[in-house]
Amino acid sequence: MTRPLVRPPRKNPMLKTRVPTLPPPGRSRVALGLTAAAARGRFELQVCRDCATVQYPPREACRACLSQRLDWRAQDGAGELLSETTLWHSHELFYRERIPWRLGMVRLDCGPVVVAHLHGDCTAAPSRVRVRAALDRAGQATLIALPQKDTPNMADDRQLREMTCDPKFRKVLITDAKTPLGQATVEAIAAAGADLVWAGYGEPWKKTRGFDRLASIPQVSLLPLDLTDSRAVRDAAGEIGGRVDILINTADYHRIYGIAARNGLETARAEMDMNYFGLLRLAQEFAPAMRGRGADGQSSAVAWVNLLSIFALSNFPPHGTYSASKAAALSLAQCLRAELSPAGVRVINVFPGPIDDEWNQLLPPPKIVPARLASDIVDALRGGAEDIYPGDIAQEWLARWRDNPKTLERELAAASR
Amino acid sequence: MSRRRAAYDEVVVTAPVTVPYVRYSIHGAHWFLAGALAELLKHAGLSKDKIDGLCVSSFTLAPDTAVGLTQHLGLTLRWLDHIPMGGACGIVALRRAARAVQNGDAEAVACIAGDTNHTDSFRLNLATFSQFARDAVYPYGSGGANASFAFLTGYYMRTYGAKREDFGKLCIAQRTNALKFPYALMKKPLTLDEYLEARLIADPLRLFDCVMPCAGADAFLVLHRAQAETLGLPYARILSTIERHNAFPDDAIQYRGGWALDRDELYAQAGIGPQDVDVLATYDDYPVITLMQMEDLGFCEKGEGPDFVRRNTFTVDGSLPVNTSGGQLSVGQAGAAGGFLGLVEVIRQLTDQALGGAVAGARIGLASGFGMINYDRGLCSGAAILAASGGPS
Repeated sequence: MTRPLVRPPRKNPMLKTRVPTLPPPGRSRVALGLTAAAARGRFELQVCRDCATVQYPPREACRACLSQRLDWRAQDGAGELLSETTLWHSHELFYRERIPWRLGMVRLDCGPVVVAHLHGDCTAAPSRVRVRAALDRAGQATLIALPQKDTPNMADDRQLREMTCDPKFRKVLITDAKTPLGQATVEAIAAAGADLVWAGYGEPWKKTRGFDRLASIPQVSLLPLDLTDSRAVRDAAGEIGGRVDILINTADYHRIYGIAARNGLETARAEMDMNYFGLLRLAQEFAPAMRGRGADGQSSAVAWVNLLSIFALSNFPPHGTYSASKAAALSLAQCLRAELSPAGVRVINVFPGPIDDEWNQLLPPPKIVPARLASDIVDALRGGAEDIYPGDIAQEWLARWRDNPKTLERELAAASR
Repeated sequence: MSRRRAAYDEVVVTAPVTVPYVRYSIHGAHWFLAGALAELLKHAGLSKDKIDGLCVSSFTLAPDTAVGLTQHLGLTLRWLDHIPMGGACGIVALRRAARAVQNGDAEAVACIAGDTNHTDSFRLNLATFSQFARDAVYPYGSGGANASFAFLTGYYMRTYGAKREDFGKLCIAQRTNALKFPYALMKKPLTLDEYLEARLIADPLRLFDCVMPCAGADAFLVLHRAQAETLGLPYARILSTIERHNAFPDDAIQYRGGWALDRDELYAQAGIGPQDVDVLATYDDYPVITLMQMEDLGFCEKGEGPDFVRRNTFTVDGSLPVNTSGGQLSVGQAGAAGGFLGLVEVIRQLTDQALGGAVAGARIGLASGFGMINYDRGLCSGAAILAASGGPS
């Protein structure tokens, strides 16, 4: 059974910080389909549309009937462990630094045989396992075989932790802890076992309900931080930047209406200043240190979480300029993801549906409550995905967008009439 | 039933040569392949312009293929083949070349295989070995075949009761054979304790279960019998050959290879049985695959490999001499030359040209090939039965 993680000793400042290395990132284009699904937390394999044969490794044509019509379909991952090995040698630096490393060969009930990382709690072959897809430190899909039933402390498995960004014993910055979502996130991250939570706050003259309560959580440290102030962001990074393992950017400037209902640029500029330039300021000041700490022991820098919006995928005209600022933030987050990936730091983009707050007052339910969204963020950190869509509305819009983005554009336009 | 295959009448194989193996080299693959061809010509007493057919195997020749090699080596050819089949390339080259000579498409086909090895070239080859390996094996940390063979060794041990001592017995016998073979990179005797206690590579595989990548080349020449006799070259006759690719694709894990599908045809065409084999060369990148070949080639039944190993000895003077040069496990794996090593050794044994220990009175030799761990198993298998000149026809 996995031994529970213990709090790492204080870092010895005399020792060199290990430079991050990555698992081999190369994949064929067709294999990136596995990554695309894993990025959303799904385990999908190609299934032949003509003969229903399930395929693996990913390929261009059905191994049974040669059909080229292969569709990525969700799989339950149930299978039998046929054989296992523990690597004590690897040609790749990433694994060389992490051996021994356990691998298994699993026959999935749906047909194919897969090579997978093998969780420490899986019993000796032959035995039943569950295979999941997760993103590895290189940001590519990888398969991991888990024990058939959950085991105590299974998240603490040394190999599994290389595919997750578990906040346990990590130091986390939450950029805006004043909002209901910010507060809920601080509480959820603290409850998840974070070592230290910096709760950022701007506009100290403005009181918000419940914020003072955060100071009484033992791991929480309040940190003045205004993302619209370049200097303030730089000062904060100077103070704590070298210790942040997980950064969760909850700062959000949200006003309603589109173009015709407003004069001037002030509101749109304020949205951009927080939602887009705020992210850019943060990235310029905090990302460099995180890039350097991608392999800094058990509690390395692992994740950067962006609170975006489902409106980032397709403009929601009643919240038109806000949608545009979130779309800009999404685009920038993709750039940040590319720049952090060599360090193995995962950028997790959160696309919630409308949050149940004052700015979404006029939108009909189901709206997502802050505590639920916070808990989804913690789940994302503990999982292997990089894009999450919390809430029923986000899930439905995502499904429509994946089905046909132009159709969704017309549907959302109709909503503004 | 398919038509009966033609025999390899009047085609012979000769001029077994080796470019001595080295652990690392600063030369390119072309250097080793050129050396093999030069050595082969010297051995056969032929000038370069007498070679009108060439068959090449190499993993490190890129960006060139066999075509580029013709210009590099100044060869004008009327028959050319490139066989990227790893451990099966020797058998497949022999098959292709023999038919070319038999049918008059070429007079003299030089079959050459070789690779260089720089300090990081093995890793780079592994990383891009195949699309499936790059997508679904290499990212998991095991360089190349180690993990794949660990899986099937573990499975084989669990299913058929093989012990590490059984694999050890084979490795030690091969090391004993290697001590007399001048080109073997492993020059010290191996004890069972050393074998069992060696450092772990991929459980249950330890260091001496794994071949050592190196640089080197091997070659042989395929001719008409009449020409070989004119040149005064000792030769071996080709009694029978088989090859198979992606056999038993529905086996969840590899416990048999294509030989099991084709061995009846192999022996029927040769007119002999496994009991007649005087010297055996298995493909031996890991010892488990030698047991599998002994089973699938009919030396014992499936699953009886461990017992067969316990009942026999495999040194040059043993009850079944196996890998009499030491095999890849003791000589080294010079890339594609690993697919030639066993075949070249069998030709030497059957033509009284053994460089190390000679198998007394060897008349029939069987060389087997196995290659290309494309994803989770070796895809190519092949075998050839050769006879000393004057043996059964």
